Amino acid sequence: MADLHFLANPARFRRFSQRALPVLSFATALALGVGLYLALVVSPPDYQQGETVRIMFVHVPSAWIAMAGYMLLAALGASLLVWRHPLAALMARGAAPVGAVFCAVCLLTGSLWGRPMWGTYWVWDARLTSMLLLFFLYLGHIALSRAYDDPARGDRAAAILALVGAINVPIIKFSVDWWNTLHQPASVMKLGGPSIHPAILTPLLVMALALALLYVVLVLLRTDTEIDRRRLELSESVA
Amino acid sequence: MTGFTALMARDLRLVWRRPGDVAVVLAFFVVATALFPLGIGPQANVLARIAAGVLWCAALFAALLSLDRLFAADHEDGTLDLLLLAPWPLELAALAKCAAHWIVTGLPLAVLAPLLGVAFGLEAESLAALGATLLVGTPTLSLVGGLAAALTLGARRSGALLALLAPPLCVPTLIFGASAVETVATGEGFATHLAILAALALVSLATLPWAIAAALRQAGE
Amino acid sequence: MSQAPFIVGAYVVAFVGLAGLVLFSLLDRRRVRRDIAERGLERKR
Repeated sequence: MADLHFLANPARFRRFSQRALPVLSFATALALGVGLYLALVVSPPDYQQGETVRIMFVHVPSAWIAMAGYMLLAALGASLLVWRHPLAALMARGAAPVGAVFCAVCLLTGSLWGRPMWGTYWVWDARLTSMLLLFFLYLGHIALSRAYDDPARGDRAAAILALVGAINVPIIKFSVDWWNTLHQPASVMKLGGPSIHPAILTPLLVMALALALLYVVLVLLRTDTEIDRRRLELSESVA
Repeated sequence: MTGFTALMARDLRLVWRRPGDVAVVLAFFVVATALFPLGIGPQANVLARIAAGVLWCAALFAALLSLDRLFAADHEDGTLDLLLLAPWPLELAALAKCAAHWIVTGLPLAVLAPLLGVAFGLEAESLAALGATLLVGTPTLSLVGGLAAALTLGARRSGALLALLAPPLCVPTLIFGASAVETVATGEGFATHLAILAALALVSLATLPWAIAAALRQAGE
Repeated sequence: MSQAPFIVGAYVVAFVGLAGLVLFSLLDRRRVRRDIAERGLERKR
């Protein structure tokens, strides 16, 4: 009986992802190609930051996606807890590592950007520190969801965590911002000055689109796998 | 309301019978705090500078230590199942557990920390700031810790998992608590910090009991 | 100080991380699908 209920939505999802994945993968590759070309070849060096502004084209979209990814985990968590949507749990399981990797990429590229800019591989600036804490929240979600022999229990625990974490993220951001201005009066580097001029905006947005598409592709792919994995686990527990 | 007080009284009585459990946590707090001067060096100005941060972090770790038993004992002896079936709201029971935890952990820490702060060379007003912020901040730590404990109930490596989940959620409290002491030096006073800590405590109070109850329910399923 | 190694490094890190995740996810999917086929759980869709 559980098997039948389980299959209802995931089957529809399956059909959707089978059609969507090839198209989205192609779109991702295309957008990445254009984006990388714009970021590495076309866009001029920034008058302040020089060539290192190119790092921003990866660092900033990764930050956006990491944040959005966590909001997705919270939304999926709500969907699971309130409507008992079985697919929500599996998608959360698949999406969490993707968000975590984007978060890590953001932190590492941020570190590599910091070295030529500020002379150190790590600065406790508000945004990077908030991102670090977000990374810990991701790790917590991933670990918690896999900490139980009964995977459904892990799904629900992680869902609660995602919701509480999502409420906390703005609070954490506020407190870290505040902490940073307290301890580091120098303001953080803004993207190319008070206004972003188009030479920087276009590559940024194209890269953001490309990486967002990559995120979607990865989540669809991994959710697909999680559906199969859950079927395996269910059959094993019944056998 | 009687259920709330009954549960709290029961928890406090249990601790009263085994005061060693609380003593260990407080002893850890003292030991952990003492490590910092040993590791960093005894220069008075350095110690005074780091005192607030060290004491707040050590308080956080000490509070974490006692958390994984918060619900585990009840889970094991069947009390949790009784609570799930009880006529009054599980949220209240969750709150009662966190309140009891605060009384035996947060409250003593808030009293003990200023005493240790003397050893770091803090002035009277700084000590007051330290004690006051810990008093207002530790309830949040008990609530957040309670959530982490409920979420990891019955999980593999629950202790380590709890130590991974709780600290990021405690960061805002930590930041405003520890930095309050610096305001004494600048003369602006720690009233704002206290207010923010109180706000954090109220937000936690208004949201976390429901999250903890939800976590406890699916632990009982 | 030349900025090039940092820029290259950043893109390499991003590439390794993301392509690595793609690769890992594809291999994982293949493994799970193989396990499913072995157990004869394949259904007509």
